[in-house]
Amino acid sequence: MAAKDGPALIDVQSISKFFGSVIALKEISMICHPGEVMCLLGDNGAGKSTLIKTLSGVHKPDEGRILIEGEPVDFDTPRDALDRGIATVYQDLAMVPLMSVTRNFFMGREPAEGRGLLQRIRIGHANTTAREEMKKIGIDVRDPTQAVGTLSGGERQCLAIARAVYFGAKVLILDEPTSALGVKQAGVVLRYVAQAKARGLGVIFITHNVHHAYPVADRFTMLNRGRSLGTFEKKDISREEVLGMMAGGKDLDQLTSELEEFQRADTAGGTGVSQLEPGAAAEAAVRAS
Amino acid sequence: MTDTTQNAAGAMDERLRQVSIWKKLLNRPELGAVAGTVLVFVFFGLVAANSGMFSSKGIITFLEVSAQLGILAVFASLLMIAGEFDLSVGSMIGFAGVAIAIPAAVWGVPIWLAIIFAFVLAVLVGYVNGLIVVRSGLPSFIVTLAGLFILRGLTIGLTREITGRTQVSGLKQLSEGDPIAWLFAGDWFGFLFANNPTVNGIPASIFWWLALTALATWVLLRTPFGNWIFASGGDKLAARNVGVPVNSVKILLFIGTACAATLFAAIQVLDAGSADTNRGLLKEFEAIIAVVIGGTLLTGGYGSAIGAAFGALIFGTVQMGIFFTGVNTDWFKVFVGVMMLIAVLFNNYVRKKVTEAR
Repeated sequence: MAAKDGPALIDVQSISKFFGSVIALKEISMICHPGEVMCLLGDNGAGKSTLIKTLSGVHKPDEGRILIEGEPVDFDTPRDALDRGIATVYQDLAMVPLMSVTRNFFMGREPAEGRGLLQRIRIGHANTTAREEMKKIGIDVRDPTQAVGTLSGGERQCLAIARAVYFGAKVLILDEPTSALGVKQAGVVLRYVAQAKARGLGVIFITHNVHHAYPVADRFTMLNRGRSLGTFEKKDISREEVLGMMAGGKDLDQLTSELEEFQRADTAGGTGVSQLEPGAAAEAAVRAS
Repeated sequence: MTDTTQNAAGAMDERLRQVSIWKKLLNRPELGAVAGTVLVFVFFGLVAANSGMFSSKGIITFLEVSAQLGILAVFASLLMIAGEFDLSVGSMIGFAGVAIAIPAAVWGVPIWLAIIFAFVLAVLVGYVNGLIVVRSGLPSFIVTLAGLFILRGLTIGLTREITGRTQVSGLKQLSEGDPIAWLFAGDWFGFLFANNPTVNGIPASIFWWLALTALATWVLLRTPFGNWIFASGGDKLAARNVGVPVNSVKILLFIGTACAATLFAAIQVLDAGSADTNRGLLKEFEAIIAVVIGGTLLTGGYGSAIGAAFGALIFGTVQMGIFFTGVNTDWFKVFVGVMMLIAVLFNNYVRKKVTEAR
């Protein structure tokens, strides 16, 4: 457990978000200290994306409040969140493939000199910085003016994280950073997450892949259908328990028993399949998958 | 991938730098347009050498045609790079022309004030176009297509209502002695052609074209706003997520195209001394063609203002070249169509090349 002396980097206090009649989030609380990886787990539709968007200033919470370093904040735009050191690295990477590494690295926060209408980008400085920052994480972009589309998935993800760190992020929100990656590429990203943690950043790691999350996380918050199932310290919970809870323990048990039912019906002679409503079985399977 | 780059980092750098100039050139969006321009000039240099096309008068003629289209194309390219179209620019030309001519010729407003009035209207039209597009999320193609009809209809309707005709003339005398009319219709540096009775000077539109191309290129490549233009067209959501004010960027660029149309109108109206409600017909498509020939992707996120200027130069040169060579001008449209098709195919290939892993 990281030091809890100072105020938490980010303290979410029972926020709720509604879209019309849909309760997307209901009274979610979570906290993240410096040098801590807080893992947010949940299946599809659990409300992970809504929660991220609320934290990063895309949505405004309908109830509850968010404290940054002990101070209540009210984000109107993603820019406000960025200015407070909350950087979100989205699943779709927030990268423009046709633009160069440098232009992507500084997108929205170009290093400028001059004033007003004469303001211009310090292009040489930008190119060197982008190249150096990428080198720090072990990726050598030979030519920072090459299009981001030429980078691999893991490299792009690292570029997005490096960008956030460079711009003074205190809290990194990583949205499914490894889900689209192969094993080796995911390793690169996870190593970088550990590095960021060691540097004293707070990381909120959103994923549905427990195997990627478990080694780097300090704590887990489980989301299910817009509600929190609770927060658990790593020492109090095993990988299997996390997995079971995420899938929704009951659903998983039900699926197991239904699968046993199938097996019995199979051995009984094939006709037994109709004993079970096909729709219900499919639904259970989908929910648990 | 990371492994190989790490292992050979030092050595590879040297090796890559040697080929990088050619590669960088290939990666510039305007390459196709520059090559096309060279081809066009070589062709007409051979075919139309003795027709007077390359006399001072001839050069100024085709440059002026290119310049007027170029003014539109440069702004259209910025908007297209940001991922949007403006099909209403042609109608905006007619609208702005009448907005200058009616106050000046009918109501007795000084020309300079009438021009300012037209630009104010242009800002308004551009703002409304942009606002509807970004707020509704509808394709700008449809929204500005509506604008094309609305503006043209308003132009004809209002002009007939006020003057009873579809033409407003008599601006030539009114613009004499006007403090800013020379900015649009004058011939500059006349002393350079003192011994050439056929040329009065270089038309102002050519300077506008060059200056605006330079300005747009600088904005695009060297300012934060330029980066935002690329980002807005490349991936709207990604741009918004990192704090780029995508909507404001797009609205500003819609205002830009409407103002370019108004500049075009001011140049034409003051040059001809009259406004016609049919001015600017089909100019929106000519501008888009010039932009596409210039290497800008129809889908946004990639392109160049210099390319658009070269696209306009090709357009104007061929249009006048065909006239000078005495070929039936009907063939011009065939040429333009084929040219555009080749440009689009080429751009598509370039886009794949750019995003391919090297």
